[in-house]
Amino acid sequence: MFKRFLLMASILLPGATVLAQEAYPLQHFDTNINDSQSLQRGARDFMNYCSGCHSLQYLRYNRMAKDLKIPLPELRQNLMFTSTKPFVHIVSAMPPADAVKWFGVAPPDLTLMAKFMGTDYIYSFLEGFYADPSRPWGVNNIYKPNVAMPFVLASLQGVQKPVYKSVTGPDGHARMQLAGVAPGTAGSMTPAQYDQFVGDVTNFLNYAAEPIKAKRESMGVFVMLFLLAFFVFAYLLKKEYWKDVH
Amino acid sequence: MSASSDSSGNEPGRGLLGWIDQRFPLSRLWKEQLAEYYAPKNFNFWYYFGSLALLVLVNQIVTGIFLTMSYKPSAAEAFASVQYIMTDVKWGWLIRYMHTTGASAFFIIVYLHMFRGLMYGSARKPRELIWIFGCLIFVLLMAEAFMGYVLPWGNMSFWGAQVITSLFGSLPVIGAGLVQWIRGDYVIADATVNRFFALHVAALPLALIFLVVAHVMALHEVGSNNPDGIEIKKHKGADGHPLDGIPFHPYYTVKDLVGVAGFLLLFCGVIFFEPTFGGFFLERANFTPANPLLTPPDITPVWYFTPFYAMLRAVPSFAGTQVWGVLTMGAAIVILFFVPWLDRSPVKSIRYKGPIYKIMLTLFVLAFITLGDVGMHHPAGIYPLLARVGTAVYFAFFLLMPWYTKIDRVKPVPERVTGHV
Repeated sequence: MFKRFLLMASILLPGATVLAQEAYPLQHFDTNINDSQSLQRGARDFMNYCSGCHSLQYLRYNRMAKDLKIPLPELRQNLMFTSTKPFVHIVSAMPPADAVKWFGVAPPDLTLMAKFMGTDYIYSFLEGFYADPSRPWGVNNIYKPNVAMPFVLASLQGVQKPVYKSVTGPDGHARMQLAGVAPGTAGSMTPAQYDQFVGDVTNFLNYAAEPIKAKRESMGVFVMLFLLAFFVFAYLLKKEYWKDVH
Repeated sequence: MSASSDSSGNEPGRGLLGWIDQRFPLSRLWKEQLAEYYAPKNFNFWYYFGSLALLVLVNQIVTGIFLTMSYKPSAAEAFASVQYIMTDVKWGWLIRYMHTTGASAFFIIVYLHMFRGLMYGSARKPRELIWIFGCLIFVLLMAEAFMGYVLPWGNMSFWGAQVITSLFGSLPVIGAGLVQWIRGDYVIADATVNRFFALHVAALPLALIFLVVAHVMALHEVGSNNPDGIEIKKHKGADGHPLDGIPFHPYYTVKDLVGVAGFLLLFCGVIFFEPTFGGFFLERANFTPANPLLTPPDITPVWYFTPFYAMLRAVPSFAGTQVWGVLTMGAAIVILFFVPWLDRSPVKSIRYKGPIYKIMLTLFVLAFITLGDVGMHHPAGIYPLLARVGTAVYFAFFLLMPWYTKIDRVKPVPERVTGHV
């Protein structure tokens, strides 16, 4: 029974077995919730390249515009493609049922992706596509093997090519294993430009996962200063009262 | 209007307070519970955690009330309603972070509070009932935290609930029916969210408040223990008050205020700068909605349950059933109730106990922390062994206590408390 379950699991979850073989370490990206230019660029790029398939269903257009200081006319004209009402949530126009038919899986909502998988994962994921003719869309991802998503940023980055190394398996036979990616075909952006593009989108999704974050942290400084003062006065009060305890 | 004189001979107060006192024992309660409740003057750092636990309880109740105003207890709406609280509700993010951070803070405080009791013999006669009420509070707190964790309806909420409720399924005969009765369905589903909400916001908090009142009433009846583990009531002054006692108010109200300030610095530091606390207070896997078709790679409970979770996994299945792990985990909690009778030492406080108790308590703390770490990891490599050793040490601390506290070398206990800080 258990064996049958394992067999079924290995058929149904091919990604899991590959992932278990090689956990490719994520690239690190330093997010900056206060870099408003990066956030604005990230919002623009998300709306143009990602929002066709991916929603931010817990974030409203006008909330985003207010937080990122994007004027409403600009928002309506350049960032809203699926709705004319600024107060609605950022929902993709792609019907989930059709998406399942087209891609095998509905594109996940990205509002909380930065908290669910982490910002390093988002950054690495967008840097990790490479050419793999065995996949339906001709691309694979080094950080998420057998990803269902087509590489929509190929026109910007180009398509990287995989680098293999020879590894001797437990059976003594040598086999090829994915070791990394290398620049392949050229895109419209230089590698540095593309890194910045991906960084901006990562920054923006970090914002989307918690719109209050920047305000929370700046507010926190004053809260801590107040509490420090409160601590000092509480301590002095205690000392005064306890003078007569011997 | 003039106040008529009281037939009992007591001088009634004047004004509004007098009016109330003739109808409700307001002044008497104030005096008995605070202004003339004499507490030992030598309380140290470890004595902050009682009042802090009360503070966090109030925090959980107040923030919880505001959360219920926007939360939707249904499988279809719960996750989105929590995001609504985080982005759309004014100050909703602060209220929720106070509640989530408060849950973890509650367990930190309660664990330190219980450790204090083990150090200074606070469970010993005549304080057995205080300890038992405290253990009941701990049990209810675990149920309260577990059900609260299910409510945001993230994927770990779902799978955590699936695992924990299925534990009851390992009980012989009644198991299967019991699990279904708890879940209200064959699987964790809408009915489960709805009933856990009812238990989390009404039934358990009511029971908790009742037990906290009983805990404090029992404490104020017999008087507080202290780091020396001696009874201050043995030496009373001419006024009938303990010589080593000082009125709780104002002395300990102002002292606890310092504790509150220190606690709030840490508490608000987490809320404002690291509310997920690196995934310990809010787990990453819970930032995606419940999905019965997508099991997380590792199902681990929140940090405060991990020591017990590790004990659950430490025991292998035997005679075709997994119930032994469940029983071990249950026993790890039940055994706490017996501490007042397990400790046979002639002295209460660790200050006058011998080296064996000090070593055993240190090993116990190390085992508890190790088990907590083990419970967070996939049970492979060194972890299953660590879990078994940790479980053995945990139980040895309690089960061998009657023996090692008896043979331990103790120091003479002073008549009066030794200094204060």
